[in-house]
Parts: sequence; structure tokens; C-alpha cells
Amino acid sequence: MKTIVKYVFLDLIRNKTILVYTVILAALSISVLGFDSNTSKGLLSLMNISLLFVPIISILFATIYFFNSIEFIELLLAQPIKRQKVLLAEYIGLASSLSLAYMVGIGVPLVVLAPGAASFMLVSTGVLLTLIFSSFAMLIFVLFKDKTKGIGAAIILSLFFTILFDGLLMVFIYSFSDYPIDEVVVGILSFNPIDLARVLMLLKLDVAVLMGYSGALFKKFLGSSAGTIYSFSFLLFWVVLPLLLSVRVFKRKDL
Amino acid sequence: MPITGTKILFAFTALFLSCVCMGKTIRVRPGNNAIKSAIASATHGDTIIISEGTYYEHDVHVTKKLFIAGEGNVVVDGQRKSEIFVLVANGTVLQGLTIQNTGISSMQDMAAVRIQNAQYVTVRNNKILDNTYGVYVQNGSNCLVKDNIIRSGAVSEQNSGNGVHVWRGEHLRIEGNRIAGHRDGIYLEFVINSTIHRNISEKNLRYGLHFMFSHDDIYSKNVFTRNGSGVAVMFSNRVTMTGNVFKNNWGDAAYGLLLKEITDGTIEGNLFERNTVGVYMEGATRIHTSKNTFQNNGWAMRIQASSSNGSFTENNFISNSFDVATNGTMVMNVFKNNYWDKYDGYDLDKDMIGDIPYYPVSLYAVVTEKVPTAMILYRSFLTDILDKVEKVMPSIIPDQLKDDNPVMKKLRL
Repeated sequence: MKTIVKYVFLDLIRNKTILVYTVILAALSISVLGFDSNTSKGLLSLMNISLLFVPIISILFATIYFFNSIEFIELLLAQPIKRQKVLLAEYIGLASSLSLAYMVGIGVPLVVLAPGAASFMLVSTGVLLTLIFSSFAMLIFVLFKDKTKGIGAAIILSLFFTILFDGLLMVFIYSFSDYPIDEVVVGILSFNPIDLARVLMLLKLDVAVLMGYSGALFKKFLGSSAGTIYSFSFLLFWVVLPLLLSVRVFKRKDL
Repeated sequence: MPITGTKILFAFTALFLSCVCMGKTIRVRPGNNAIKSAIASATHGDTIIISEGTYYEHDVHVTKKLFIAGEGNVVVDGQRKSEIFVLVANGTVLQGLTIQNTGISSMQDMAAVRIQNAQYVTVRNNKILDNTYGVYVQNGSNCLVKDNIIRSGAVSEQNSGNGVHVWRGEHLRIEGNRIAGHRDGIYLEFVINSTIHRNISEKNLRYGLHFMFSHDDIYSKNVFTRNGSGVAVMFSNRVTMTGNVFKNNWGDAAYGLLLKEITDGTIEGNLFERNTVGVYMEGATRIHTSKNTFQNNGWAMRIQASSSNGSFTENNFISNSFDVATNGTMVMNVFKNNYWDKYDGYDLDKDMIGDIPYYPVSLYAVVTEKVPTAMILYRSFLTDILDKVEKVMPSIIPDQLKDDNPVMKKLRL
């Protein structure tokens, strides 16, 4: 298993797309943090960039990569190795290289230009989002036979989490605004890793006050350490769930 | 004519006499009830010089016109028993003392210095520390409270008092004081024709400055930072607010300036920086807001629809999360010639004024005003898109609330 992880990882860090991804992230973070003396604002912009690009790029790149390496996977499966090991090794290799790209691209400039708790939160939520959306890509890979369909599913899934989910949540909030729905909203929010990451990050910045403005529960609950643990465990849940599912499906899959 | 002449002659005589008949000077050294006995032995117009040392006295009633001054480090300590100085004579001056530790009572407002039914009283250059109330003016006129340091460590609104508290007064001047850690920094109730100038009011539990039923007052060049809320002006008419700084009033319900049921005010040349809400207006009529800078606030302004006939001209709005929020669609205020950093219109005729109007109320601001829970979607991609769409085709936002002549460049104020 280690050998496979190593092979995938080494293959990927030489990959041009990953390199370009790293360079673009680095350029964005340096320019955003360098231009503005107000680091809080720079972090906010970086957060928006991360929340928009990291999920889409992770899931698309991972899906394409998995489908492209299908022959390699089939070759490996001809060897006496367990199916789930092959799959997990592929995932670990891919997810670690994408996370490394994120950490180099965003993390290093942040450590140099804006060290602090908020920066740490941005990097850790970014890495978690990378892990989550690579994990979704894995699920898509095992569910679909066809590459085009897989890519389509990846696009739909990422769009669902970036926009559609929030839209539905907004509709929900609007239609039930007469009821005390704060708890419910927090519950629903847990089903979208991007929203969780956004709220976690916002609560580390001073704009958090806006979220607690009308005595809303979000800041009181999610801003507390229990809330942070809650959010992080849900994010981890979103890494593990698609992975487990894909392992289950892959075990019985007719290749 | 002859009457006037007599009056002038009389006035000159009085002035002459007052110069000649300078009262005697009494020196006070530390001792049991030293200040009280000095006051008892003094007569109208005397000077009392208090020498360096600590005096444990309370309920010192100054019933004659005296000039009381501290020499060196004079501490008058009330030992948390009762009030300390009560000034009831016109023209009394109290200066250069450290006055500390009044009692705390829920029955009586305990003040370090109370001015009671008196005129022309001066309280200056004192350090007024750890008291329930600092300076308490109760029905005074033409009094001066100047350059005092008024500090306390209030923890709850119930058990604390105000730094400078005025209940009924006119022609007062409150200048150059530094006030911190009280309930309200300065509290004015039924105060007219007074000026509040160059004070620094910070870290107070409730408001930096609080007006109730106070008319025709001016406050200028004060600094209000880190208070529960900066300034509250309520039920008052014709209050002028110029050149003040409202800063870092940041919290779950913190305002830079809160206006409620006021008419004919002027807000000019102030700086609102990093407040949760820069200006909040409710039932504010004919308020003219111009040449202010709103910077890094959560909401620069929240204008409730009950406010009318106001004007907002030549203000700078820079990096506020929301520029303007309102709770209705009716707009009875005018916005003109402001600089909005979020304005993305164009200026083809190069007259430095944007060719298309700016709508300061974003869709998301409207939504969160109606449904505060929607704040959970703050900074999400969805709300950005909605705002952009709404800017192009306003349908939900109050389309009458707009600046038809937004300036292209930041105004120099």
C-alpha cells in the first residue's frame, strides 16, 4: 500500500495541473495579502477564493485523475492486493498531493504575511475541503463507469454545494422565518461542508459580530469551542462517509 | 438711560470691591474632618488650599462660595460610605484634587462631586476615581466641568453610575474630560444650550454620551471608543454633532451613534470607524448628515423607515460590510453626492460624478433586515450573486433609496 501511495504522490507532484494550481493559489494569496494592510480583509478575500475554487478544482481534478488511472488500477488489481487497499492508496496519494499544493499555495504565504489563529483556521478548513471533495470524487469514480458522466456528476455536486444548497437554505429560512429555526439552520448547515468551513472561518474574524447581531445562536454556539469541535467532526464525517461508501461499492464492483 | 448708567456704575463698583475685598486664604493639613472644619470657618469668597495628603471625609457640603484647590497630591477618600463633595453655592471652584471611593447605594445616587441648584460652579483638573457617579450636576446652570479624569471600574449597569451626570441644566460646558469605566460616560437629561467639547469617553458599559430630552446642545471633537455604544441621542431636538470620532464600538449590539425620536439635528465631519452599526436612526426627523466618513463598519447606517426629511450628502463610505440598511420600502430621505467605495458605475462625461445612480441598500441587507437568521449565509457565494443581479435590476431593494449623483473619488474631508 505504501508503495502505491508513494507512486501516486510522486506522479502527482510532477503533474503540471497541480503545479499551476499551487502557483495560482500562491499568486492570489500574496497579492491579496500584500495589497491590503488590513489582514482581516485579506483573509476574508482568501476565504472566498478558497471556498469557491478549492471544492471545484479538487473534485474535478480528482475525478479526472481517477478515471485516467483506471488502467493502472486494473493492473494493480491483477496483483494479490486487496481492492480496498488499492482504492485507499489512490485516495491518500491524490488527497495528500492536493493538500500539499493548497498548503504551499495558501499556507506558506499566510504563515509569512499573516500568522495567527484565523490563518490557521483558513488553512485547516481548506485542507479539509480538499480531503472532502477528493473523497466525493472517489465516490463518483466508483459509481460511474463512464468518464464523461463522472465529470458531469462532479460538476453538479460541487455546484450543488457551492450555490444550490445555500439557495435552498435561504428559501427554507425565508419560509420559516416566523419560527425559532436557529437550531434547525445549524443542523442543516452541517450537511454542507463548504458552509461549515465558511462559518468556522468567519467566526475567527471580527466580522463574526455581524453573525451574532440579533442575538442569533450561531455565534454563541458555533463560536464556542464545543461548536468548533462540532463543526470539525462534521467536516471529518464528510471525509470519511464518501470514502467508506466508495470502498463498499468498489468491493462488489464488476470491473 | 440714567437707569443704565447707574447700573454700569454699580457693576463697576461691585467689580472694584470684589477685587479689593479678596477673601482670606485658609490652608488645610491632613487631620480629622480637616476640610469640613476649614469650610465651616471660611466665609464667602475665601480660598481653601488643601495640602498634600490623604483626607478621609465624606458629605462635605460647600454652602458658601469658595475657591477650593489641592496642592500637590491631595486625595479625598470617601471610604465607600457616602457622597464626597456637595456644592450648593454659586461660583464655587473645585480643582486639583483626587476624589475617590464614594459609597454604592441603590437608594441614592452617590456622587464624588455633586453640584446642587447652583450656578457658575467650576470643577476642573480633578482625578475622580472609583466612584459610583463622578460629577453629578443637579439643576445647575453655567457650570464648567473641565479637564477632569473620571475613571471607575463598573461591572454591571445596575450597580454603577455615570461619569458626568446632569439632571436639569443649562449653559453648561463639559470639556476636555477623560471618562472611562462608568455606566454612561456623560449622561444628560433635561439639559439645554450646553456644549460638550473635546472629551474622551471610553470603555463605558452603556453609552459614551447619552442625551435624554436635551435640546439645543452641541457636542464636538469628542472621542468615543470601546463603549457599549458610542453616543445615544434620544427625544432631543436641535442637537449638533460635529467632528467627533466614534470608534471601535464593536459588539453584538453596539452602535457608533444611536438616534431615537430626535428632530433637527446636524451630524457633520465625524468619523465612524469599526462600529457594528455606524449610525442607527429611528424616528429621526430633519437630520442633516454631511461630510462624515464611515469606515470599516458592519453597517454604516441603519435608517428605519420612521425617519424622514433627512439628507445625507458628501459622506465617504469606505469598506463597510453593508452601507445602508432599512426596514421598509418608503424612503423619505435624500442621498446626494456621497462617495461609495462599492459603486461600480462609470463617468463618461468626466465630471467626477457617476452617470448611473448607486443603490446603497444591498439585497442581502434587505433580507437580513427582514430575517436575521439569514445572516448565517453572510459572505457566501450565493448572496454575492444575488446582490450583483439585484444591482442590475432592482426589484426587491427600495429603489427610491439611491444616490443619483455618487462622486467617483473619495472626498477630502
